[in-house]
Amino acid sequence: MKRPFSYKLNIFLFLLPALILFIGVLIAPIILSGYYSLTEWNGLKTPVFIGLANYRELFSSKSINIMRALKNAMLLAVFSCFIQLPFALWLALKLSKHIRGERVFLSVFFMPVLISTVVIGQLWLKIYNPDYGVLNMVLRGLGLESWTRIWLGNKATALGACFVPILWQYVGYHMLLMYAGIKGVPPELNEAAMLDGCTEGQVNRYIIIPYIRPILRVSVIFAVTGSLKSFDLIYVLTNGGPNHATEVPSTLMISMLFLRNRYGMGSTIAVMLIVLCFAFALLINMAFKEEK
Amino acid sequence: MKQKAYRAPDAPRKVTASSVAGAVIMILWTIISIFPVYWMLTFSLKNNQEIFGENVIGVPRYWVWENYTRAMNTGNMPRYFINSVIVAVSTILITLLAAVMATYAMTRLHWKGRKTMNKFFMLGLTIPIHASIVPLYTTLSRMKMLNSYWALIIPYSAFSLAMAILICTGFMGDIPYDLDEAAFIDGCGVWGIFFRVIAPLMTPAVATVGIYTFLQCWNELMFANVFISKDALKTLPVGIQSLSGQYTTEWGPIGAALSIATIPTLLVYVFLSKRIQDSFIAGAVKG
Repeated sequence: MKRPFSYKLNIFLFLLPALILFIGVLIAPIILSGYYSLTEWNGLKTPVFIGLANYRELFSSKSINIMRALKNAMLLAVFSCFIQLPFALWLALKLSKHIRGERVFLSVFFMPVLISTVVIGQLWLKIYNPDYGVLNMVLRGLGLESWTRIWLGNKATALGACFVPILWQYVGYHMLLMYAGIKGVPPELNEAAMLDGCTEGQVNRYIIIPYIRPILRVSVIFAVTGSLKSFDLIYVLTNGGPNHATEVPSTLMISMLFLRNRYGMGSTIAVMLIVLCFAFALLINMAFKEEK
Repeated sequence: MKQKAYRAPDAPRKVTASSVAGAVIMILWTIISIFPVYWMLTFSLKNNQEIFGENVIGVPRYWVWENYTRAMNTGNMPRYFINSVIVAVSTILITLLAAVMATYAMTRLHWKGRKTMNKFFMLGLTIPIHASIVPLYTTLSRMKMLNSYWALIIPYSAFSLAMAILICTGFMGDIPYDLDEAAFIDGCGVWGIFFRVIAPLMTPAVATVGIYTFLQCWNELMFANVFISKDALKTLPVGIQSLSGQYTTEWGPIGAALSIATIPTLLVYVFLSKRIQDSFIAGAVKG
């Protein structure tokens, strides 16, 4: 095709809206966040450069206690990888075996992913309600009065009570990805294995699971980075309480910014989170490659 | 010698203890997946007596539609709904325009660096919104744009862009290149080809991107919570959050408010479940 005189200009014009949005809202702010994380700033005066002081304070301050927040997030990541993902995989394997109602099950299991986390949070707040919540009512009905708790108000149970809806909501997401992966396994492979006398369990273990490794890798990355970034449900359910028992990095960041007006420190937490997410994504990628 | 079990892939299955257990778990998980939504829809139609003891998980005995009228009349519920619609629709339009144009430049026009440019945009799939929240907040505040629709529309569009470009690239690759050449011979320039040939053929991508973006904006909490404090401009997630804080003892109207926020999503899902699922898969597998 002959290229019109203004070809280059046109390319630029076609890219312009996307570039403005992308650079203005994603790229430039990341660089700014990096700079702000090295400053002391209350949002009003000009930021004062203080080097790495925020990072030092972040990891040593007892009142911020970032380690507790990170520990909570990592605990969520562990539950996610060792309970949520295996269960999702199990569901996906079951569903991909041409069972009756395959599409219906798939759609129902995926549904919670689409519902607003605020709605889900509000519903679980009511499920956990100590007086009228379904959970305590069911326990009372079963004669297990002594098992009833103030689930979200008790330091011992609050974190677990927050994890349940988070893990519950995204089982369907991981299941869907794995299901799509399993559907991509060439049927000849399965049939050949079956002809050789493999049981269904063996087919799953030696053919399907190795085949969908790339998808499992994506799922693990999402599970870990998603746990590190988790915010919505914890914000709605406890907002980090009671007495900071359910604090995660994101809730710390928000309270640093908008309760204490410490924009420098808030940015420090944000930068730490981004670095951690990328580091974990790289690590997981490497782990999946090495095992090959 | 041990007999090897052979079963044709579509032969009837034997009923074993483990297959029964499997079926039971599947059904239990179905119930657990649906329960919160089922419970929401039913208690949104109940009075307090039923909710708080007489009939906790059953179908309502008296259908209290009044809960819905009360939810629409208390607080700013209709306002939140309209705000959510305005923000979602504007975001979808901006995202689509920017994404389809950029994809056209990166797939149909030939220039050095178009692959690199595509990779650059794909970075957006991994960047968390945390990365830009402080600079966006301070910039918006300096430009006196906090508490406006733009404070949400612009960030939402930018964060939806990578996914939109990813989906559009897939669809645009399916359009035959002969069409471009035919249009070129007929005297169309790049803009003519774009508007008269490519854009009209992109409707399936438009639908997928639209739905995906809609779900993202409809449910987003962190930006909406931080950038908007004026009640009249709140979107549904933040609005519901503050409504629930005010009416802690009356669950019926709150249930109705939650249902009003959820029903559009459920309706879209019922009609377009396959397309929605495909868009989530596309985003994960390539990202």
